[in-house]
Amino acid sequence: MKQLYYDVKKCLGCKSCEIACAVAHSISNELFKTIKEEILSLPRKKIISSKDKNYPVSCRHCKDPKCVDACMAAALVYAQEKGMVLHDESRCVGCWMCVMVCPYGAIRPNIKTKIPIRCDKCKDKDEPSCVKACLTGAIIWQEELASPVGTVPARANTG
Amino acid sequence: MSDIEKKSIDLATQEVLKKAKDENIKTAWDRLESQEPQCGFGQLGLCCTICNMGPCRIDPFGEGAQVGVCGANADTIAARNLARKIAVGASAHSDHGRDVAYTLSLLSEGHAHDYEILDIEKLKNLAQEFGIDTNKPAGSGLASDSQSHKVKEQIAKELSKKLLEEFGKQEGELVFTKRAPKKRQAIWKKLGITPRGIDREVVELLHTTTMGVDNDYKNIINNGMRCALSDGWGGSMVATDVQDIILGAPEPIRGKVNLGVLKENCVNIVVHGHEPILSEMAVKASQDPELIKLAKAKGAEGINLAGICCTANEVLMRHGVPVAGNFLQQELAIITGAVEVMMVDVQCIMPALQEVAACFHTKLITTNPKARFPGVTHIEFESEKAYEVAKQIIKVGIENFSNRNKERVNIPKYEMDLVAGFTKEIVFQILGGKYRATYKPLNEAIISGRLRGLAGVVGCNNPKQTHDYFHTTLVKELIKNDILVLQTGCSAIACAKQGLLIPEAAKVYAGKGLQEICEAVGIPPVLHLGSCVDNSRILTAASYIIEEGGLGQDLSDIPAAGCAPEWMSEKAITIGFYFVASGVYTIFGASPFATLGSKNLTDYLTKDLEGIVGGRFEFCDDPIKMAQLMIEHIDKKRKALNLRPRMYQ
Repeated sequence: MKQLYYDVKKCLGCKSCEIACAVAHSISNELFKTIKEEILSLPRKKIISSKDKNYPVSCRHCKDPKCVDACMAAALVYAQEKGMVLHDESRCVGCWMCVMVCPYGAIRPNIKTKIPIRCDKCKDKDEPSCVKACLTGAIIWQEELASPVGTVPARANTG
Repeated sequence: MSDIEKKSIDLATQEVLKKAKDENIKTAWDRLESQEPQCGFGQLGLCCTICNMGPCRIDPFGEGAQVGVCGANADTIAARNLARKIAVGASAHSDHGRDVAYTLSLLSEGHAHDYEILDIEKLKNLAQEFGIDTNKPAGSGLASDSQSHKVKEQIAKELSKKLLEEFGKQEGELVFTKRAPKKRQAIWKKLGITPRGIDREVVELLHTTTMGVDNDYKNIINNGMRCALSDGWGGSMVATDVQDIILGAPEPIRGKVNLGVLKENCVNIVVHGHEPILSEMAVKASQDPELIKLAKAKGAEGINLAGICCTANEVLMRHGVPVAGNFLQQELAIITGAVEVMMVDVQCIMPALQEVAACFHTKLITTNPKARFPGVTHIEFESEKAYEVAKQIIKVGIENFSNRNKERVNIPKYEMDLVAGFTKEIVFQILGGKYRATYKPLNEAIISGRLRGLAGVVGCNNPKQTHDYFHTTLVKELIKNDILVLQTGCSAIACAKQGLLIPEAAKVYAGKGLQEICEAVGIPPVLHLGSCVDNSRILTAASYIIEEGGLGQDLSDIPAAGCAPEWMSEKAITIGFYFVASGVYTIFGASPFATLGSKNLTDYLTKDLEGIVGGRFEFCDDPIKMAQLMIEHIDKKRKALNLRPRMYQ
């Protein structure tokens, strides 16, 4: 099963992945139309800069997801076979518990829709839109690496 | 639709693109692919790199930063970025005009021996516009042959001085703005956008866009319009009119177009760029008996000159020199393997040519001190020894003929006939006859409803869209609806390739009313007016239409619309702005201006401007829809003028 990996040495902080993510999760899927939609689609990935490096941050789909434990509405489920945390938006009550417990700050509240947004690895597509949007190849989409016990799968290479 | 069909509808282009793929030569289409996806902030106009506190970006989704470090918001940032492009486009056309005016000045002082004053009537008319007394020769009153020659030179000297002063003028109004209808001039005056001096408008606009000057997007755009007007009714008009004086005013002429004009057994010299001053000499040099003899000695049958882009349009309009292709075909001409020399001047010359030329024996030669490539042969053009320079360049081509690898030559067998050479003066004569030249028949055709209206379809190519598809689909749709289409630049070349620029095209494609006119006067339904600086011909022609009467008091009253369906250049933006500021409804295809990130600015351009200057922008990415929008606008104007319904529905 494929996961997102990052080579942060290559990230220039251009935010192209953010725009591609918002467009991919919009109604129209076209930039010029996306920005005119009534409820704006928001990027599920954000570039966080720290010291002299940029980190593309989005849900890492942890195998031991704190957000799933914290969800009182049972809107979150970890699907073993897909290797990802699934979010049933119809059950979500917008309590923001998942936002608070995420150790990576990867889940973001959409205040307008009162629903948290998180990476769904562009579930209908062959690969997440951010991968193609990254012109430097800092975002990598590949088979999961065998990870040492206790680490999370989609970890950043802090280079 | 195959991949290659998606790239271009032109069969010659498709054929060479296949060759490029087989030989692994990269073209603009491949480079676009490796640029995708293109930066969203850039496309929306939300990236500001003006000062060193940035680069700053505005979050188009409203979550992140809504202002830059200095506090500039999306409106200011997008407007400033756009204004800078207007200034650059204006500077390109106007600098071209300056060089031509300067050549006239050298010629009048006896320094540019290779040129002469070919259109004396136009010289005199222009001199009169500038208040120069053309009847009184310096010295005596009576003119013998030799004296009348002197008079001509004297007029040229005074005129060139006045023309060059237009560039450096600080106050007042550009003389050519007086060509516009009175009502239009009054609108400009009221808004304070009458251009004062050509260079001043460019400099002032650039000043207002630097950090911490103009923050009002409406004011930025108004100043942008003034700058654009200094191009359309200034620099470009100087370029067109003076070129007509020293290179000869075009008259309808037959020519051929597309890559098939390259000849397998000849030395092929391709001229490419925009300024015809040198290529004019190349035309002459390609007919030089001494050079032809040399070419034959090297095993060639002769010298074949062909053009790309607007340099091509210039030499086509005046000499019928064949056109090898439009903007996106510049690399392809070299990939045919049959080009000995590609000689370039300024504008629209892809940096990639150097690498493509290196795949073949082709010698790329730069000629203008403003436009050089590292490591590429540079033979500098000088007005004083123009013919000599042209001969030298052609000689390089002849010497290079023996280096051609015949096995790699692959010239597509596609070429098409065309008629070009229409100018505002010629339109007079064709319609009214040489001795009673008038625009009356044209106006009457519109008034009576035989002609629905006029459209200007101009501009570039852009690999973001199927090459030539937008131009030709739009133009076919327009002429089908009895709209006479005026064209310049790469758009004219696109339609010429599809056979729309021959009189016979009227029968196949035009509506009944337009067909009748084309048959009566023997013109194609699509008129080729020249290069992109020659868009100024459209402005003057439109002014004549108003002067003739019956179609309103102002340019914005005419049932007409403009469109740049496949644009890519900053010059296109400037042209769009001088058309809109002159009252013309203008559509841009490809992708819209980089302003969508600012709703206020986009609304100002596409809605509010109509109430201010009478014209406005529209962005559209479907050629049939473009045609519908233009027709709707034309009908709206017909209704406002209370014209009769169309003769043939």
